[in-house]
Parts: sequence; structure tokens; C-alpha cells
Amino acid sequence: MTPKATILTADEVRRAMTRIAHEIVERNKGAQNLALIGIHTRGIPLAERLAAKLSELEGVQVPTGRLDITLYRDDLSEVAHQPIIRETQVPFDLARRRVVLVDDVLYTGRTVRAALDALIDLGRPESIQLAVLVDRGHRELPIRADYVGKNLPTARTEVVKVKLSETDGVDVVELHDLESRP
Amino acid sequence: MTGSSRPRHLLDFHGWTPERLTALLDNADTMAQVLDRPVKKVPALQGLTVCTAFFENSTRTRVSFELAARRMSADVVSFAAGASSLSKGESLRDTVEVLTAYKVDAYVVRHHAAGAAHLVARYSGKPVINAGDGRRAHPTQALLDAYTIRQEFGTLEGKTVAIIGDVRHSRVARSNAELLPKLGARVVLCGPATLLPADLAALPGVTLTTDPREAVRGAHAVMALRLQQERMNAGYLASLQEYADHYQVNERLMREAESGAIALHPGPMNRDLEISSDVADGPRSRIVQQVENGQAVRMSVLYHLLVGRE
Repeated sequence: MTPKATILTADEVRRAMTRIAHEIVERNKGAQNLALIGIHTRGIPLAERLAAKLSELEGVQVPTGRLDITLYRDDLSEVAHQPIIRETQVPFDLARRRVVLVDDVLYTGRTVRAALDALIDLGRPESIQLAVLVDRGHRELPIRADYVGKNLPTARTEVVKVKLSETDGVDVVELHDLESRP
Repeated sequence: MTGSSRPRHLLDFHGWTPERLTALLDNADTMAQVLDRPVKKVPALQGLTVCTAFFENSTRTRVSFELAARRMSADVVSFAAGASSLSKGESLRDTVEVLTAYKVDAYVVRHHAAGAAHLVARYSGKPVINAGDGRRAHPTQALLDAYTIRQEFGTLEGKTVAIIGDVRHSRVARSNAELLPKLGARVVLCGPATLLPADLAALPGVTLTTDPREAVRGAHAVMALRLQQERMNAGYLASLQEYADHYQVNERLMREAESGAIALHPGPMNRDLEISSDVADGPRSRIVQQVENGQAVRMSVLYHLLVGRE
């Protein structure tokens, strides 16, 4: 299906991630004691890209983890089909770390709420920040992102599709109508 | 996987495809991770109530199911037949209808009569997990056995599992004989002729033998079954000693199996009768892991039956 608009090209995705990395360094006064945790699926490569950028900028290897929030969703009874549970892997102690949660799209906020619950069950970080590539609005919970690649006002009848080279072979953010989602 | 093909109950493995069974075992890996964490609990079944209805005693299985449900944040109500109105003559149907009126969302049923779990499923209209019915089926035990073997070898495909002992009275053996071939394993059932029902040879991927050495040759897993001594008055065996001499899973017999073969037992064990202590406590034993894996597998079963229902 053809997208109705291209929101971010590959170059724009790269620049957005670079900018977010700079903002993380500025806000945290460096990259010490940071950790990046990507939310399945596309939050994971985005977290890894941010870790690589932080390494370039600060010369610090920031540990990365992956979080699956399926068991923490608040709509499991409404999901028609069996959700697939994927691996949660946080191979470091969260205590006294400033954790940056990373996801591709921020929409209702329910995924982030679930991620916060899941993360807190794994340990007690010093703080949790949120980085997203696209904030499309329509929040149903009082949650906001600390770092946003692109603010994108959308209609609920639209779908924001993030494609990344690691998962989709190409870096692009597209806007589709709900019916024509590929 | 479509919603329409999804089994509503786990009574046995009819209607469970290899793909769905594999997904269930895959998700048990995630559940095992949850059990390794400081907070051994997730909110996936919050707001749901699971009733463990045990019409036959089994503390271990009941505790395993109850912990599994609680780890998923379900509420648990435990129903013990001995202390219920069943002893006053109330029928199983009436009992189940009362529990269902209390808004129970799922049942875990253990019963001495084959087919009892099916009846609960029919009367309750809610998902039912069979925790053992008569000699017929004990599907979650078979799943945890499969999970334990898969954990050891990475796959069940092409593996041979020898199940030795009182096959006739064993719902564990029947459920394993039904499940393991669906996942690509070959099953060899072995026991004295009196304890080896010939009809099981008709199951795909299952062979029968009365020779334990033949059974374990090439086996990757050797499972000893509990000798159900309470049923041995029927003249199935000449003597327990003779049985132990021929069919005990011991080091001598294990040497005939594959070099990396593991030993399993569904418990409770009659030590030094169907299994020797040196095997039960030895490096090949995965009996403790079976118990540990039971909880993760049962969490996955509850998840599969209760979450994402249309």
C-alpha cells in the first residue's frame, strides 16, 4: 500500500536520533550511569543506535536492554488473538541507573505505562526517562516523552508506520490511513 | 494462528496443533524468566479467578497450579471435594454450577474418573485445564516433561523418549505418548506385558516393548513411571522384587541409552523400586527441574487459555 505521506526519510531519522543523543547527554550531564532499554519491537534497534551515538559523543559504553510488555498490557482480555510474548533481557543492575526507555511511536501512552510497570518489577532505577522517534498525540494517560524525534499531529484514523533497517530493511516513517495499513 | 482454531480447554491434546503447542512451550521460557526475578509476578491475569477443583488428592500439582495462577495475578479459590457438599450427595454438575455462579473464570480439575474434566467444561462453560483424570490424561505433566527435554536438547525433533513402568495405570504415559510425537519425538513405552496395553501401539510415533534394554537403546530421555502399588493386588506382577530386577531405571540400564541421556520421573517416586537412588539423585537426573518447570509451563497454559479470548 502507498503511504499518504512520508514523515521522516532515512536521513531525517538519523538526524533525529543524533539530536536525541545530544539531548540525553545534555540533560544527564554526560552518559555515566545511563542505561537504554528498548521496547519490543522497534524500540530495541533505536536504543542500540542511541547507545552507539552516545559512545561516539562521550566515549562511554551505555548498556542496553530489551523489554517485552505483553504480560503487563491492560487490554489482554480484549485482544482477539494470542499475543506473542518475546524476550525481556536486562542484563545489568537497574539500581542507581538513569534509564532511558526507547520506543518508536508514542500514542495512547498505554505501552509506556506497561513498560514502566515491567521495568520497576525488574529493579529500582534512579530515574526513568522516555525517548520516542515519533509522538503522534492522542494520549489516554498522563505520560509525556522527554525526548521526541518528531511531533506529528495525527487523526485516530491514521497509522504511523516506522520502518527501520534492522527490522524492515529501510529507514523511513510513513503515515497511512487505517484501512490501508500494509 | 487464528482465533477460531484455538482450543478453549486443555483436557488432552486433541485439537492442539504442533504450532500452538510449540508457542505454549516458547512462552513457558518467558514465564521461567519471570520466576527467576526478584518480583515473581506479572499482572497478565489480574481480575480473573481460577478455581482449583481437586476431587482427588494431589498437593504438589495443586500447589503448582495455584502458584502459577497467583504468579499471573489471578485470584485462586481452592475446592476440596472431601470438605464439600459432594459428600452430602450433591452432583458434580450442581457443584460446578454453584462455583460458576460465583464468577469463577477457569477451572483446574483433578478427578479419579476419566472424563470428569470434560463434564466440568460442559457444565461451566469456562476454560478447563485437566490436572489428571483417572488413567486417561495429565496434559500439563506431559507438557512439563516435553519442556524439560527441550530445555536439555534444544528440540524434541528426532529425539527418542523411553517411558518405563506401569504404563497401564499411567495417565502421564498416555499424555506423553499423545504429545511427544506431535512435537517430533519418538516414544517407546515399556513394561511388563500385564502393564502394557497393546492398544497404545496404534498411536502415531509410539512403539511398545517389554524389554527395557531395547526400550532405552538410543533414547535421549528415560522416564520411570511410578509403580502404582495400590493397584497391584490385581495380580499384574509376581512380586515387587522381580519387577525391580527387570524394570528399575538404574545406572546399568541408563548405560544402554544415549551418552547424554537424561532421567525423568513424574513423581512421587518409589525410590529403589521403579528408579534407583543413584539415578534419581545422579547427574543425569532432571527430576527437580521437572518440578521447577511445572510452574512455568502451567503459567503458560493459563495464559494461553485465559488471555486474548475472543
